[in-house]
Amino acid sequence: MGKLVGQPIKRVEDNRFIKGEGKYTDDFNMPNQTFAVYVRSPHAHAKINSVDTSAAEAMDGVVKVFTGQDIADAGLAGSICGWQVDFKNGDTMKEPPHPIMVADKVRHVGDPVAMVIAEDKYTARDAAELVNVDYDVLGAIVDPKAAVEDGAAQVHDDVPNNTIYDWELGDSAATDAAFENAHHVTSLSYHNQKLVPNAIEPRAALAHYDANEDKYTLYSTSQNPHLARLVIGAFVLAIPEHKLRVISPDVGGGFGSKIFVYNDECGCLWASKQIGRPVKWTADRSEAFITDCHGRDHVTDAQMAFDADGNITGLRTKTYASMGAYLSNFSTCVPTYLHGTLMQGLYTTPAVHVDVTAVVTNTVPVDAYRGAGRPEATYSIERLMDTAAREMGMDPTELRRKNFIPAFDGVEQPGYQTQVALQYDSGDYETNMDKALQVADYESLKATRDKAKSEGRLVGIGFSTFIEACGIAPSAVVGSLGARVGLYDAASIRVHPTGKVTIHSGAHAHGQGHETTFAQVVADAFGIGMDDVNVIHGDTENVPFGMGTYGSRSLAVCGSAIMKSVDKVKEKGARIAAHKLECSPDDLEFANGAWTVKGTDKSVGFGDVALTAYVPHDYPADEEPGLDFASFYDPANFVYPFGTHICVVEVDKDTGEVDVTKYVAVDDCGNVINPMIVDGQVHGGVAQGIGQALYEGAVYDDDGQLLNGSMLDYTMPRADNFPMFETDKTETPCPHNPLGVKGIGEAGTIASTPAVVNAVMDALSDYGVKDLQMPLTPERVWSAMNSNGNA
Amino acid sequence: MGYTLKVNVNGKAQEDDVNPRVLLVDYIREKLGLTGTHVGCDTSSCGACTVHVDGKAVKSCTMFAVQADGADITTIEGMCQNGELHPLQAGFKEEHGLQCGFCTPGMIMACADLLENNSNPSEDEIRHGLEGNFCRCTGYHNIVKAVQHAAENG
Ligand code: FES
Ligand code: FES
Repeated sequence: MGKLVGQPIKRVEDNRFIKGEGKYTDDFNMPNQTFAVYVRSPHAHAKINSVDTSAAEAMDGVVKVFTGQDIADAGLAGSICGWQVDFKNGDTMKEPPHPIMVADKVRHVGDPVAMVIAEDKYTARDAAELVNVDYDVLGAIVDPKAAVEDGAAQVHDDVPNNTIYDWELGDSAATDAAFENAHHVTSLSYHNQKLVPNAIEPRAALAHYDANEDKYTLYSTSQNPHLARLVIGAFVLAIPEHKLRVISPDVGGGFGSKIFVYNDECGCLWASKQIGRPVKWTADRSEAFITDCHGRDHVTDAQMAFDADGNITGLRTKTYASMGAYLSNFSTCVPTYLHGTLMQGLYTTPAVHVDVTAVVTNTVPVDAYRGAGRPEATYSIERLMDTAAREMGMDPTELRRKNFIPAFDGVEQPGYQTQVALQYDSGDYETNMDKALQVADYESLKATRDKAKSEGRLVGIGFSTFIEACGIAPSAVVGSLGARVGLYDAASIRVHPTGKVTIHSGAHAHGQGHETTFAQVVADAFGIGMDDVNVIHGDTENVPFGMGTYGSRSLAVCGSAIMKSVDKVKEKGARIAAHKLECSPDDLEFANGAWTVKGTDKSVGFGDVALTAYVPHDYPADEEPGLDFASFYDPANFVYPFGTHICVVEVDKDTGEVDVTKYVAVDDCGNVINPMIVDGQVHGGVAQGIGQALYEGAVYDDDGQLLNGSMLDYTMPRADNFPMFETDKTETPCPHNPLGVKGIGEAGTIASTPAVVNAVMDALSDYGVKDLQMPLTPERVWSAMNSNGNA
Repeated sequence: MGYTLKVNVNGKAQEDDVNPRVLLVDYIREKLGLTGTHVGCDTSSCGACTVHVDGKAVKSCTMFAVQADGADITTIEGMCQNGELHPLQAGFKEEHGLQCGFCTPGMIMACADLLENNSNPSEDEIRHGLEGNFCRCTGYHNIVKAVQHAAENG
């Protein structure tokens, strides 16, 4: 532990946010700017007969109206899918086009048909109302499993049975054999429901084309501006990459939904060139509900096989995963390489088989949402574990203890090779669970629960012992699996002549606190203060390159790139110091901000060396001036954080309402740089996972209408839905990155959902309720308690 | 169609010609350039737009600017006094009560009203008091602590 690393340093970025001085995309304006509003389909599936823009165009203050036909005439491709997952039989994945605006047929409520640009946003909104679109409404398909059936509405003409691909992983024959020989089989079937991300800042864009320089600028709410530049430049608009600047200023939360390159922002950029003026667009919340990519939407059958001693002998799952109406950038890898590969969990299950069919439906596109595939996998495994324990009359912790992968550090003991392609880096699962049991005081929890039950109150305890794969990922590996991008990251360190330091980070921060944690790491590495380090991110013109922030990768991947640059600075600094001290660099050691000749008190400070690098009068002969290094880091493996979450609930017998009364999270994300920030990430993640378990879910009717498409109708978790969370940790360092760190951004969301549902099922155990569909609303819980002769 | 609006915003008298249909939040953000007040929804649900109108917390997306005629308005930018952070601003930083910061101005304004009416709220009272403000990042845990911190140090 250094002076700063490992400490709960207060966040430097807060200084602007608490004063209302953060700068988010909608806070920027440009001279002569216009405002865009999209006209969106009210139907889930309909043929467009005509689009009449005349009344809108005639309105005072309207600058221009574009339609899907204009986009088609311009020959623009639209957004793309970044990951190719082919069919089991080798056939190529189906990849229907996703135009910026549609001309022929709408495929989900919210599909854009026209764009109205006006002098102010009120006028643009009024005029959008006047665009008259004549539709022939078609039948819609919403259910992922029904989508493959003959006779289901076809979302795209060239995607038979709405099937994008089918895919499998693991040994099917061995798994089937395990089930044939099983002493006990536990089965569950459920819908891991569709979720709406709802970052509190809606997506927005401010786009400008400068004809003099032939150059585009896009301010946008992106988690990864360089990736946006690449995709927009190389594919969506086909403009030269060096003529496009993407700026992601402060961004008000992402949770995955702002990873993707959306057509809406690209449309603004294109329109700006057409009209020769800047175009600003900010989504309404209702618009966000029908345009931000949703998460989850898996329909799954899952089964676990056991021998007579409670050892897991097999796991198999079959999932229908909805992509929504179009393939968003990373939609195809979520149910496969982020879900199927997690099915080992942290157990020694000797045979695992995962089968996934990806389908299109007439719903908002689905892509990565906090956890992305890993929550769905963890839900399957951990719901099966608690259910099996109950069925077999075992304590859920004993069942886990029996099946845990034994501890391994990835150094002395090799990584753990799973049945589903991954090799875990390091883990000590039993120690972690023991810590959680101790923090929660499991014995007294059980006594409290049993006493409550004897008094007729419904108290339940639920577990989730989970692992996740994050810090995505070695480029060659993901490339061989169909990824169309590399998943390294980049960072540079510029040491200024006065010894102050600027980090240019490829990772973008939108809540994660990089401006603090990255500075902690670098300040400690150079023996300087937090105030001496500045972090720049979010601008393709100011940051050399980056792959952005998602998949809990910032510290594990970008942090490693930072450390590579730190090492380069130190190596060159040592050569400069050696020259000044008239010794060999090998004679030097760096500590406390200075290079010292080993065994002497002769030393030269970091600031001195920096100044010498820029004022190279007395300088090594063949050394370049300057102290400025960029590095790319391609991870050697995923990182594998894990943990134990324990949830206690009380169910109101009369109303069916579930109250989370206690929540314990003991996470292991390797070495911790800033425990305050790590705890904060766990709190937020757990809240989102509880949200899925108890409150949230996109509700569609059979016509494809989103029935709860506003914050009035979609139950966002509120402050009074939660208790204080109890967090603690174990620290099992990652053996393959320089900081020994894993990742924590998604862990809470991945872990918590099954812990909560398991707790409710425990509370309802006397009612013979084995499973309920999420969210566990009072109505669903009450109905379950009052059916099956349970009145 | 213009209407002359006179308001006092963060202690400064303003007089502007506004269209009667302009929402107070748009007037604050676009006319006055005070972009610390945010917009997170269109259903008066999220509280990101909370400001004080005559000392009371109000969702500024829910009223027209002209309805505030003659009022004293305080936005997040007016919470720092003589360079001193408001106890809630300090509390949010001390307790890590924010991540992306987007809900934060509205949270602070709502919490200030809460503390105005109840200087020593219980955890339950804080949680109920914040029902009108969504945060997607923090799980509210550290927001509750931030309010407690401000109550203790206010
Ligand atoms: S913007 Fe006013 S309540 Fe959401
Ligand atoms: S800090 Fe991001 S929404 Fe509250």
